[in-house]
Amino acid sequence: MAALDLVEIKKVAKRYGSERALAGVTLELRAGSMCALLGHNGAGKTTLLGVLSTLVRPNAGAITYRSGAKSIEGEDVRRQIGMLAHQSLCYGELTAIENLELFAGLYEVDGSAAALKAVLDRVGLEERARTRAARTYSRGMLQRLALARALLTKPSLLLLDEPFTGLDRGGALSLGEQLGELKASGAIVVVVTHDLEAIAGRTDHIAILRRGGLVFEERADTYSYEQLKDIYHRHAN
Amino acid sequence: MSLLRQAGRVAWKDLRVELRSKEIVMTMVFFATLLVVIYSFAFRSSDPRAVRGAVPGMLWVALAFTGTIALGRAFDRERENDTMRALLLSPVPRLAVFLGKAVAMTALILAVAVVCVLLLTVWMNAPLLEFPGELALVVTLGAVGIALIGSVFAATLLKVRSRDVLLPVILYPLLMPLFVAGTKTTMALLSEIPNLELAWFWIRFLGIYDAVFLVLSLWTFESLVIE
Repeated sequence: MAALDLVEIKKVAKRYGSERALAGVTLELRAGSMCALLGHNGAGKTTLLGVLSTLVRPNAGAITYRSGAKSIEGEDVRRQIGMLAHQSLCYGELTAIENLELFAGLYEVDGSAAALKAVLDRVGLEERARTRAARTYSRGMLQRLALARALLTKPSLLLLDEPFTGLDRGGALSLGEQLGELKASGAIVVVVTHDLEAIAGRTDHIAILRRGGLVFEERADTYSYEQLKDIYHRHAN
Repeated sequence: MSLLRQAGRVAWKDLRVELRSKEIVMTMVFFATLLVVIYSFAFRSSDPRAVRGAVPGMLWVALAFTGTIALGRAFDRERENDTMRALLLSPVPRLAVFLGKAVAMTALILAVAVVCVLLLTVWMNAPLLEFPGELALVVTLGAVGIALIGSVFAATLLKVRSRDVLLPVILYPLLMPLFVAGTKTTMALLSEIPNLELAWFWIRFLGIYDAVFLVLSLWTFESLVIE
């Protein structure tokens, strides 16, 4: 299955009871780009990420996932999605190797020892930790394992929810580099974050949500941290 | 084939995690043993008729309670690192996730059923092993039913705060026909003059009950777990 070229979000709305989480959001995400979804807590960023990941069903609107001239859906879309969230999405009782073997099996991608070693080397998870249960890992190690899990399946749409939280400076830098490499390889990277410093100079465009609505969207590849901060405060409040 | 292979992967993952921690099985066995011991004080009698009358209820109450404990904890585990999201996000058919979880749950309930049967046989002198084939069949069908219905609701309630209270409240009324059928079959097998015809009637009832809920579960699971 070919990689995703374009994701079109059209007038997507989501309500939880009487609570409005998303109100007609329209956005286009293109291959080889990084989009930062910004906004205060409760603005709808995580819900939008949930809708993009196919785990939240919108009440109105639609998302079209395009690969070449075709639009794809269901399992074909999920095969293209990688996710890095607050939590590791890995099993604490299993080792790093066993976790990756499991997900390689579920995604039906190369789960050989060499492939697993390559991805763990790439994220910098130290060798002696790889055969230890993941519940013994520090936050930073767990985040590296989570990134390895996401990268193993070679996603063309990578969704990240506050990926820099709890990482030390080295970990955040390394993660930033990995995201840059992914973007350069043609993937669509969507990152939800409050850490403007971590994404300044890396993100191609920013989208600011307020009370479920998209209030600002612009190319942002040349913006400095100070400029991003200024834009954020003007539009998110 | 892919559906079954992937369901097998999910089931093996669950059993592997449980083999590492032994948390669910140990809790279930402890609880089942406690129930049997307490019951044995209440019902132990030199009158074999009293034992034959009480043991079917003991067995199925133990399976009902330990099954709920297992369901709650097995799905709680998927909540801890949000691994249920990882499973649902994978390109595996969501029915394979459901079937895998249900198969692993069935295996755990069956493991505890073996312990319960042995405890009741030894402690209560219950003639449970007089019809081992029929007993194995009814217990397996019961375990399958508990696992199928329980997995749907445990997965649905995963994000609900009061899930520990809600799960048995929702589950037990739905499982009531299963417990009645299980108890009736065991009673028919244990009675002084075993009534195999009646036992097979209830076994067939359980088979149909499981088949109906298998279809309903497969039909509703995906729409229930997606927000």
